[in-house]
Amino acid sequence: MSDMSSTMTPDGGPGEKLLFHEARDVHTANGTLLGFWVYLMSDCLIFACLFAAYGVLGREYAGGPTGAEVLELPTVALNTTLLLLSSITYGFAVLEMQRDRKNPMLAWLVVTGLLGAGFLTVELREFAHLIAEGNGPQRSAFLTSFFSLVGTHGLHVTCGILWLIVLMVQVMRKGLIHANKRRLLCLSMFWHFLDVVWVGVFSFVYLMGVLP
Amino acid sequence: MSAHDELQHAHDDHDHDDLGIHATFKGYMTGFVLAVILTIIPFWLVMGHVIKDSSTAAVIILGLAAVQIVVHMIYFLHMNSKSEGGWNMLALVFTIVLVVITLSGSIWIMYHLNHNMMPLMDTSNLP
Amino acid sequence: MPDLTKLLFGRLTLESLPFHEPILVGTFAVVALGGIALLGVITYYRLWGYLWREWFTSIDHKKIGIMYMILGFVMLLRGFSDAIMMRAQQAIAFGDNMGYLPPEHYDQIFTAHGVIMIFFVAMPMVTGLMNFVMPLQIGARDVAFPFLNNFSFWMTVAGALLVMASLFIGEFARTGWLAYPPLSDIVSSPDAGVDYYIWALQIAGVGTLLSGINLLVTIVKMRAPGMTIMKMPVFTWTALCTNVLIVAAFPVLTAVLAMLALDRYVGTNFFTTASGGNAMMYINFIWIWGHPEVYILVLPAFGIYSEVTATFCRKPLFGYASMVYATVVITVLSYLVWLHHFFTMGSGASVNSFFGITTMIISIPTGAKIFNWLFTMYRGRVEFEIPMMWTVAFMVTFVIGGMTGVLLAVPPADFSLHNSLFLVAHFHNVIIGGVLFGLFAGINYWFPKAFGFRLDRFWGKCSFWLWVIGFYFAFMPLYVMGLMGVTRRLNHFDDPSLRIWTLLAAFGAFLILLGIACTIMQFYVSFRRRVELRDVTGDPWHGRTLEWSTSSPPPPYNFAFTPRIHDHDAWWMMKKYRYERPLDGFLPIHMPHNTGTGFVLGALSFVFGFAMIWYMWLLAALSFLAILVVGITHTFNYEREYYLSADEVRRVEQSRTELLASHV
Repeated sequence: MSDMSSTMTPDGGPGEKLLFHEARDVHTANGTLLGFWVYLMSDCLIFACLFAAYGVLGREYAGGPTGAEVLELPTVALNTTLLLLSSITYGFAVLEMQRDRKNPMLAWLVVTGLLGAGFLTVELREFAHLIAEGNGPQRSAFLTSFFSLVGTHGLHVTCGILWLIVLMVQVMRKGLIHANKRRLLCLSMFWHFLDVVWVGVFSFVYLMGVLP
Repeated sequence: MSAHDELQHAHDDHDHDDLGIHATFKGYMTGFVLAVILTIIPFWLVMGHVIKDSSTAAVIILGLAAVQIVVHMIYFLHMNSKSEGGWNMLALVFTIVLVVITLSGSIWIMYHLNHNMMPLMDTSNLP
Repeated sequence: MPDLTKLLFGRLTLESLPFHEPILVGTFAVVALGGIALLGVITYYRLWGYLWREWFTSIDHKKIGIMYMILGFVMLLRGFSDAIMMRAQQAIAFGDNMGYLPPEHYDQIFTAHGVIMIFFVAMPMVTGLMNFVMPLQIGARDVAFPFLNNFSFWMTVAGALLVMASLFIGEFARTGWLAYPPLSDIVSSPDAGVDYYIWALQIAGVGTLLSGINLLVTIVKMRAPGMTIMKMPVFTWTALCTNVLIVAAFPVLTAVLAMLALDRYVGTNFFTTASGGNAMMYINFIWIWGHPEVYILVLPAFGIYSEVTATFCRKPLFGYASMVYATVVITVLSYLVWLHHFFTMGSGASVNSFFGITTMIISIPTGAKIFNWLFTMYRGRVEFEIPMMWTVAFMVTFVIGGMTGVLLAVPPADFSLHNSLFLVAHFHNVIIGGVLFGLFAGINYWFPKAFGFRLDRFWGKCSFWLWVIGFYFAFMPLYVMGLMGVTRRLNHFDDPSLRIWTLLAAFGAFLILLGIACTIMQFYVSFRRRVELRDVTGDPWHGRTLEWSTSSPPPPYNFAFTPRIHDHDAWWMMKKYRYERPLDGFLPIHMPHNTGTGFVLGALSFVFGFAMIWYMWLLAALSFLAILVVGITHTFNYEREYYLSADEVRRVEQSRTELLASHV
């Protein structure tokens, strides 16, 4: 090691001359997708807490209704269908994006947004129905944890739809430029992530909630 | 100015390779079909009252949910051990470990607590 | 008319202003006069434009790092005044003497002290150092998301301002720094105090989480070519682990505070006993965040000690790999020990033993680190510059704190020591002896890099000795009192025989006060002597890592050429191979534009938080809408970067060449 030359040569081979700086422009890789993934992981932990709260409080009815009494599986099946369909339509939008076909992609995004809005409508009707019957989140710890978990997921879907609209405007104005593609992929991760969380919700809250 | 444009162009070119994923129609459809199957089974189990024992049903539901989450991760979120140099996968594994610790730890601790602090009360009969 | 007032001002009335508390009115007068004087000086010297352009809107990680440090130091003064008020109260309130602080005021003070010291002193300072140092250490030109960095900072400031506002408008929480229910629920604490607590932490928490993601991605993505993960400087390693912990722990705090907020605002039943909720679940969740938080604070300090020890012993750090593994093991294990904060809650023997054992295990990697530092010093040429003095003081002090920690990890022992002054002494021992000493070491170590001149040694030494001796006087008596069974958070004692200990502790706090005064004096004197103390070389300590290869202070782009790394201690190796700075061949450098959006979003968040605290629903809705609009508008701006021309780079580098030549 000690006989290594200290002289800088632009193309010094390894082992002979050590190069201590890059004479050319070094581009650092863009970190947005990784950063957004890390954000989703942190979001995942928020949901973990809400799931844990449901796990602890989910059978504390305090004299109020039980899960079997208030949870309607047909509604949830409808909602699950809507969300799953919206996931695949977002996938189709990504496929169109890869082929740089702007308008078909926007069309798939509209379908995705509508399916998401449908999901929200069904969920809000379910909530409104529960509250109208006096089974709001204040009724019991079970309903508190139910509303907060399902509601937080719904809030995320709302944010997703808002983001979707903003992004569609941006694509319409700027076209499928690189920055917009990256944003579309971030939203894609967000949207599919919400579907993953929903798998947990319908299994852990609804299906297990109505078990005797 | 032209030098600047060239640089800008070179920069954009460089950026193009870092979007990473290459989604395919086949991949999405495989994921979708698997997800549909994995959703229908637990709904059928519960709505059709197929399994009488609650805890067995719960275990099966959770197992199917875990499989479905993996399906979503692979086919929709394009998870693999190579994306972002493996950091995505590392972050995911770490998060799963923490989620498991948080969930199971909290439920274990709170169950123990309820068991110890309310030995004489049957909570399900409380008003 | 009352309806309109209620719509506009919520529950905020003139009675919310504490005119009846002479201490607060006096404080307000002092703060207001000081504030007006400061604003006057800034206006007089016409600094507003400069501050706005060069600092507030800056997205340069170095400037943001410095602003974080300033925020932390200002809040340290506030948090310490709380501390010395408590020490004074405890020193005099014996027997018939009730002291000078009424209980409801005293309770606010100990709550504010804890909240401020952790969230608005230690966190900003740790984040500030990571922000300033880490990109330089990995040879990067900025962080991965420069705008987010600025936004994170202003969110932290907004949180800090909310806590400060609670001093003069309404009141702060009286619940202790973690606001356990049922004390913090709406029935027991109907006033605005707990709401200040919730919103200050939620808003600052957004900043902390985003800055964690930002720095994490920076380390992963932006290391200079050749710097593999096992060639990163140790401080960068600890920064990596800390940011992993931030990203993985702060969501839990967000979730649990949101649950508390729902209980208070909406009337849900997470923590209310009557409708099936469980207050213990709050304690469970908040410590799932709380224990990793301890390591979030102390790991970067460990990184600082590692850098300082290697530099001032003129040796490579002993056991680099073991240091890294110890850090990673601590990161993972820190998620498995949270129950040791509530052994006495009533979980059974199996739960308590599990968490007792994991707690004892986590002391092993920490011990390994201590040995690594000792072996680095062993047969090294130790130079007792100020940072090294802090490091040695840390090693002695932290070992004591660590051992009392292992003692507390034994569940049966904890049953008698829980919530006693012994615990208070323990965590001050590790946080002051671990985190704060590290921050002072880091400030003294990297100050010349940030400002281009070293800090004065004499005042630095005065500050060091006063702090260290003051610390022992202030907290060793608390160990004794704790072992005698005195509980924490008392504002009055009946037993006069305890008074000697509280007097000693008050004396210690007074010494620390002098230490802080000496620190301020150190900054002032150093600024006056800045020409004498100037660091021309950029490498005042004969450092080992990349940050010392650039000028002091570094140019906006940090490195004219991206460094290439071959081994640990990159700069040390460059010096060994007689690396020469390139003097030509400069290229244009891609730089991000400054933006005021982060400042605006922070300001709006402050308004939103304030409106939520006082139930001003109209203002809350408007400010929330404004946040959305400003945030979305920002995403329509695609032109966020520009090129610093090669000529400009050449000019800056040329001036450094001349400076170096004139001082050989």
